[in-house]
Amino acid sequence: MRLLLKGGRVIDPSQNIDTVTDILIEDGKISRIEKGISLPEADSGGDLKIFDLKDKIVTPGLIDMHTHLREPGFEYKETVRTGSEAAVAGGFTSIACMANTDPVNDNRSVTEFIHKQARLAAMANVYPIAAISKGQDGKVLTEFGDLKNAGAVAFSDDGNPVTDSGLMRHALEYAYSFNMPVISHCEDTGLSSGGLMHEGFVSTQLGLPGIPGISEDIMVIRDIRLAGFTKTRVHIAHVSTAGSVQAVREAKSAGINVTAETAPHYFTLTDEALRGFSTNFKMYPPLRGADDVEAIKEGLRDGTIDAIASDHAPHSSVEKDVEFEYAANGITGLETSLPLCLKLVDDGILTINQLVEKMSVNPADILKIPKGSLKTGSDADITVVDMNKIWTVDTDTFRSKGRNCPFNGWKLKGKAVMTIVGGDVKYADSGFQI
Amino acid sequence: MNLSRKDMLGIVDLPREEIDLILDTAESFKEISTRTIKKVPTLRGKTVITLFFEASTRTRTSFEIAAKRLSADTINISASTSSVVKGETLIDTAKNLESMNPDIIIIRHSAAGAAHILAGLLEQSIINAGDGAHEHPTQALLDMLTIREKKGTMEGLKIAIVGDIAHSRVARSNIYGLTKMGANVAVCGPAMMIPRDMDQMGVSVYYNMEDAIKDADVVMMLRMQLERQEKNLFPSLREYANHFSLNRDNIKLAKNDVIVMHPGPVNRGVEISPEIADGPSSVILEQVTNGVAVRMALLYLLSGGRK
Amino acid sequence: MKKKKVVMDAEGIERSLTRIAYEILERNKGTDNLIIIGIRKGGISLAERLREKISAIEGTEIMSGTLDITLYRDDVLTTGKRPEIEKTYIPFPLDHKRVVIVDDVLFTGRTIRAAMDALMDFGRPELIQLAVLIDRGHRELPIRADFIGETLPSSLWENISVNLTDNRDADEVVIEEG
Repeated sequence: MRLLLKGGRVIDPSQNIDTVTDILIEDGKISRIEKGISLPEADSGGDLKIFDLKDKIVTPGLIDMHTHLREPGFEYKETVRTGSEAAVAGGFTSIACMANTDPVNDNRSVTEFIHKQARLAAMANVYPIAAISKGQDGKVLTEFGDLKNAGAVAFSDDGNPVTDSGLMRHALEYAYSFNMPVISHCEDTGLSSGGLMHEGFVSTQLGLPGIPGISEDIMVIRDIRLAGFTKTRVHIAHVSTAGSVQAVREAKSAGINVTAETAPHYFTLTDEALRGFSTNFKMYPPLRGADDVEAIKEGLRDGTIDAIASDHAPHSSVEKDVEFEYAANGITGLETSLPLCLKLVDDGILTINQLVEKMSVNPADILKIPKGSLKTGSDADITVVDMNKIWTVDTDTFRSKGRNCPFNGWKLKGKAVMTIVGGDVKYADSGFQI
Repeated sequence: MNLSRKDMLGIVDLPREEIDLILDTAESFKEISTRTIKKVPTLRGKTVITLFFEASTRTRTSFEIAAKRLSADTINISASTSSVVKGETLIDTAKNLESMNPDIIIIRHSAAGAAHILAGLLEQSIINAGDGAHEHPTQALLDMLTIREKKGTMEGLKIAIVGDIAHSRVARSNIYGLTKMGANVAVCGPAMMIPRDMDQMGVSVYYNMEDAIKDADVVMMLRMQLERQEKNLFPSLREYANHFSLNRDNIKLAKNDVIVMHPGPVNRGVEISPEIADGPSSVILEQVTNGVAVRMALLYLLSGGRK
Repeated sequence: MKKKKVVMDAEGIERSLTRIAYEILERNKGTDNLIIIGIRKGGISLAERLREKISAIEGTEIMSGTLDITLYRDDVLTTGKRPEIEKTYIPFPLDHKRVVIVDDVLFTGRTIRAAMDALMDFGRPELIQLAVLIDRGHRELPIRADFIGETLPSSLWENISVNLTDNRDADEVVIEEG
C-alpha cells in the first residue's frame, strides 16, 4: 500500500521544512518529500491512494506524552484500545501512558501486557511509562533496566509525588544511567492534602479546601535542585503554576537539564470554572488563577515549557457523578487537546511550527523515541490538520470511554482530519474517501 | 413579588430586594407562632422532605416546625455520608426521592455543592440547609432578621464575625448577606482560620479580638469545631479560649448596646463565656425563634405556582 | 379611556357606616364581647371607622384587630405571583366573643370563607357576623352579609373599588369597566 499526500503545507521543524509539497509513503515509511510528485499511470497500480490536502497542514505525527489508559485494572474507564482510538481521533500517532494502573506498571509483565494490547488494537503507538517505585508507594525503586528492556520509555509515579527526596535522587541517578527520563509529579502533600481546588479567592468563596500553588512550586524546585546536584535530568509533568514556570526558566538558564510539559486546560481555564461545582473541572493539579494561566502561556512562548500533553484521565460516572469532594481528579483530553492548542496559534502565542515542536518533536526528544520527524526513511506517522474547521465538542461521540470533559459543548476551531500511523490511515474525517 | 429562583442555594446570588422580601415575609409569619393554634393551611397537601447527611437537631427541627406550621407534610431522612460514598450515590437518592413527588427538598450535606447537584437534577425546589463550608443561607437570613429587628437596619453597622472563618458556611452566607445590606463586616480569627484573599469578599480582616470587636454593633461568635485541633489549626482549647473568646472584659470594647449572636450549638467557655451567652446582650434564643419564621417565609415563597 | 362612574360619594359612605354601626349595636344588644376585625387590605379602615362610631355612640371602647387572610386563600399557591403577607393583629383570644368581620366589597365569598377559617384558629367565637360596604353579587359560596352599606348589582367584567381617603371628604365608591 502506498499513500500520496498532495499539496498540503508540510511543517516539520526537525528538518526546518515549512512549505507546500507532496509526501509519498511506501511500506509504512516516508519515501519522498518533494513538490509535484506524479507517478506514472502504470506505476500507480491498484495500491496507490492519493489524498488532496490543499489548505491542510501536514505534520509529523503528534505525540501525547502523558495519558492514562487505565488498563490493566480499570477497563471500565478506558482500555488501551479505546484510549488509542481516541488518540488517533485527536490527531495523536503516539501516546505514552502512565503507570497508575492496577496492578501498577512496576514490572516487566505489565509493560509487556500494555505493549501487547497496543499491538492488538493497532491504532496509535503506545509507549508505557513505568513506575519509579514499586506499587508507586515511594519506598523501593523498580527494576529500571528490566523495564527498559520490556519497552518502557520513562519512569514516573504520576498520580503520586515522590515525597522521599533521597529516593527521588536515586531514581534520577539510576534512570540517567539508562538514558531514560524521570517524569515528576510535583506536589508537596503536606501543603496539598485535603485540598480540592486551587487556593485563592474562588476557593475562599466556595468554601472548598485549597491546594496552594506553592505545593507544586516547592517540589519543582526540589527536583530541579536534585537534577542539578546529581548532574542528571528531570522532566516536570503538568506544570500549572507561575512559580513552577519561573523555577524551570531559571533552572534552564543555569544550565540544569530540566524539561517541562503543561496540559491544555492549564492555559485554557481558570479556577473560576469551579463555581458551579461541576466535577468535570476537578483535576490534579487543579485549575489555577488567571496569573498562572498567563505565566503558562508565557512559558510556552519563551520555550520554558517544552511540551504540551493532555494528561488524558478518563473516569466513569461512578467517579464523577458524585459530590465534588468525593469526585476523582482528571479529565478526558485526547480528543480536545489539539484544537485547544491551536488556539495558542490563533492568539499569536505560538507559531504553528512551535506548536508542532511542543506536540511532536520535543516529546519524541524527551522520551528518546524515534518519532517526531518526517525524514525520508522514518516511520510514516503523520497528522493532517484543518486549521479552520469549526466543530462542537460532543462527548457522546468520543472514542474514549471517558465523558468527563469540561469542554463538552464548546465550539472549537481546528481539528485533526487524518491520522496516519506507520503508513496506515487510522483516522480520517468523513471528507476523505479511504 | 416573587423570588426569582426555584431553589435557595446560597446568599451569594440573592439580590438585596429578595433578601428584603424574605425578611418582610418572615416578620409577618412570626405572629403565627404566637397563636394558640400555630398553623395555617397554606401548604396543605405539599410534601417537604428534609434530607440530612449531617446530624443537626436544631436546623432540622426548625425546618420541620416551619413546614408543619404551614400544614405541609414533612418527612425526615437522615443518611450518613459514609454509607453513601460506597453504596447509593447522592444522585440515586435524589432521583428516588423525586419519584415520590415531593414539593420541596431541604438538604444538608458535608460536601460543598451538594445542594447544587440536586438543584440541577430535580424539578423540585431545593433549599440548602448547609453544604460543607460553603453556604448556609437560612442561617444568614435569620441572623439578618434578628439584626434588623434589634437595630432597625443593617446599613452602616459594624458587625464582627469571630472564629474559624475558613471552615464556616455561616460566616460565608452572612458575609454575602450583610455586605449586600450595607453593613461593615469585620472577620476575626487566628490566621490559619482566615482563608486566602478574604479581603476580596468586602470585609476587613483582623487577627485579634480587641481590634475586631472595638465599637461593634453586633458580635457574631462562630462555633469552634473541636476536631479542628487535630489538623493543627489551633494548639489547644485553652489557648483558643484565651485569645478568641468573647468574655466580660473584651465585650466592653464593643458599643454599649451591642448584640451578641451565635448560630449554636454554643461551646460554653470556648468561644463565648457563659455569662455573655446568657447575658442581656445575647440574642441567641431570638435567633432560634426567627429561624422558624424565616424558614416559613422561604417555604411559602418557594412553593407552587411557578409558571 | 375606561368608563368610570361614582356610585357612592363621601356623604353616602358616611351615612351607610353610621347606619351599619347602629345595626351592629342593635343586633348585638350593645358592645359586650363585641370585636371588630378588618380584613386586609380593604376592610382595615372601614373597620376602624365602624369602631370609632360604635365607641362614640355607646361611649365605651371596643376591641378591634386586623386579619391578613392570604395564607388561608384557596388560590394562594396557584396564582403565578406569591401575594405579600401582611401582619395579622389579633392579640386576644376570640373565645365567646361576638366577632364582626369587615370588608369593603363582598363578591365571590371566598375571602370571607378564608377569613372565617382564620378566625377559628384564634379561638371559638360565640358568633361571627359580616359587615360590608358593597355587596356586588356573584357569590360562589353560600355566604351572605349581615350588614350591607349598599347592594350594587354588577357585571363580572366590572371593577368596583372603594377609595377611602385620610380626611374622608374625597371618599368614593367607583364602578368601572374592566
